[in-house]
Amino acid sequence: MAIKIENLSYSYLQPFGEKVEALKNVSCSIADGDFVGIMGHTGCGKTTLLQLLAGLRAPTSGQIYVNGEEINAKGYDKSSLRQTVGVVFQNPEYQLFATTVEKDVAFGLKHSGLSRQEVTARVQWALETMGFDFAKIRSQSPLALSGGEKRRVAIAGVLARKPEILLFDEPIAGLDPYGRENFLRFVGEINQAGTTVLMVSHNMEALAEYTKHLLVLEQGRLIDSGPTREVFVRLKQRKNGAFGQTKAQKIATLLAEVKLPLSSGVVTYADLLSALKQELTGGGRG
Amino acid sequence: MLIAGNNISFSYDFDGSSLALQNVDIRIEQGEFVAILGCNGSGKSTLVKHFNALLQLQQGELRVAQIDARNEKDIWYLRRLCGMVFQNPDQQFVSSVVEEEIAFGLENYETPRDEIPNRIQAALALVEMSGYAKRAPNTLSGGEKQRIALAGVLALEPEIIIFDEVTAMLDPNGRQEVVEIMHKLHGAGKTIIAITHYVEEAVAADKVILMHKGRVLACGGPRAILSDLDLMREAELIPPLPVRLYHDLRQAGVHLRHCPLTDEELVEEIWQLRSKI
Repeated sequence: MAIKIENLSYSYLQPFGEKVEALKNVSCSIADGDFVGIMGHTGCGKTTLLQLLAGLRAPTSGQIYVNGEEINAKGYDKSSLRQTVGVVFQNPEYQLFATTVEKDVAFGLKHSGLSRQEVTARVQWALETMGFDFAKIRSQSPLALSGGEKRRVAIAGVLARKPEILLFDEPIAGLDPYGRENFLRFVGEINQAGTTVLMVSHNMEALAEYTKHLLVLEQGRLIDSGPTREVFVRLKQRKNGAFGQTKAQKIATLLAEVKLPLSSGVVTYADLLSALKQELTGGGRG
Repeated sequence: MLIAGNNISFSYDFDGSSLALQNVDIRIEQGEFVAILGCNGSGKSTLVKHFNALLQLQQGELRVAQIDARNEKDIWYLRRLCGMVFQNPDQQFVSSVVEEEIAFGLENYETPRDEIPNRIQAALALVEMSGYAKRAPNTLSGGEKQRIALAGVLALEPEIIIFDEVTAMLDPNGRQEVVEIMHKLHGAGKTIIAITHYVEEAVAADKVILMHKGRVLACGGPRAILSDLDLMREAELIPPLPVRLYHDLRQAGVHLRHCPLTDEELVEEIWQLRSKI
């Protein structure tokens, strides 16, 4: 089990003494090699959860185990956590600072004990994994790249350290459609190669098509979790319809309203297309 | 013609080696809702930053409300005429109280003291945040922050409002809030220029300007542009779901009568076809 969370709560005080409970009694476990999506409205506690998992905040109560070890226990070596868990926060491109892309990506490897050749090989691998031509990009200034490219360079910097667990906070917000698709494909490949991935996103299509499991947070509580498709189907049955619906599900709902119900399992675009093909070529109920 | 540009080219390099804009022609009428659509790096932001002289014209001609954008003495007039809201409101907040934040621009433009409270109230009312004057910007949600940033711009009473990917960082609810306000302002007679790569936000525009690699690929009504698969592919954008579905169904031998642009149109087309089977 890569991550296990037990009764996790986190609260903080606002400037005028108001207590905010950002997370309330959250429990779940995440298997090695899983690709987990985290869904919820702004302010539901998604980012706080990632910060707790990365050991950047300490919980008010409850435990977090990473690879079986409680990360907030006395005597736990936080530096090993930094090695195991890589975090990509919102707008990571703002952290770029070096004069060349290669130096920027290599920065996190400075005290890793790797030889110069090993560092170069890692940097090359990380940049190629994020879809760059290494020879072309290595000496460019990171600050002169487009927004989408900057983001990929910043992520390569985290990737270069080869973390076992990768946490992404809204990694595709602000990327254009091709940038989104590329990014998700790269992350899918990293996940295929064995890295456990947790991704916070507002993009329902990205969550539906790429993640294996979903956690749904609402006002600090974990209100649903499970295999992605099942969670999407359950969310559709909840009263507040618009939340957590893919575009394909919304169209299925509109069709049901005009007495053209499709299977409740329509979640992704591909599901919608195949259900409609069947329905409209006379293959459905006649 | 409110904005008329010919042959605009621009480079961020000192030597002008790579062009962010290449021979761009543009026409925007008073009161239009224009969506500028394009992938990252297509030149959208570079183009609009010419309208309020955030970038100085290097080549070509540009007139905004009959004023030559090259005239340095008119820069402040243009900036006030043409308000601009950006992607990350957090990066532009200067105050710890909402009303001071909105007053900031007014004070810079030397608005008479006794007028300022009314202008703040009016601007907050326009973005439906009247009760928020005394709040701290950092306690607001993403959509609320974006509306406060917009109120700061509206307080200066601009004719043209440019939204530069303002919805990119928002969740679906926040996005909806901001899009509704854009349309409300359009309804009140403002000229709206919305930069986006969410094709759904371009569906309701009067005009779509499609950009790619610093050029204008196409300009026209949303239906003509968004339903043209080849054009969208060339622009490296993904067409709205109803358009994709229309074409994918055709390939499977299912022919809807018309190519739908919105979910409602799609449902109508499917219903029509289904009732014939």
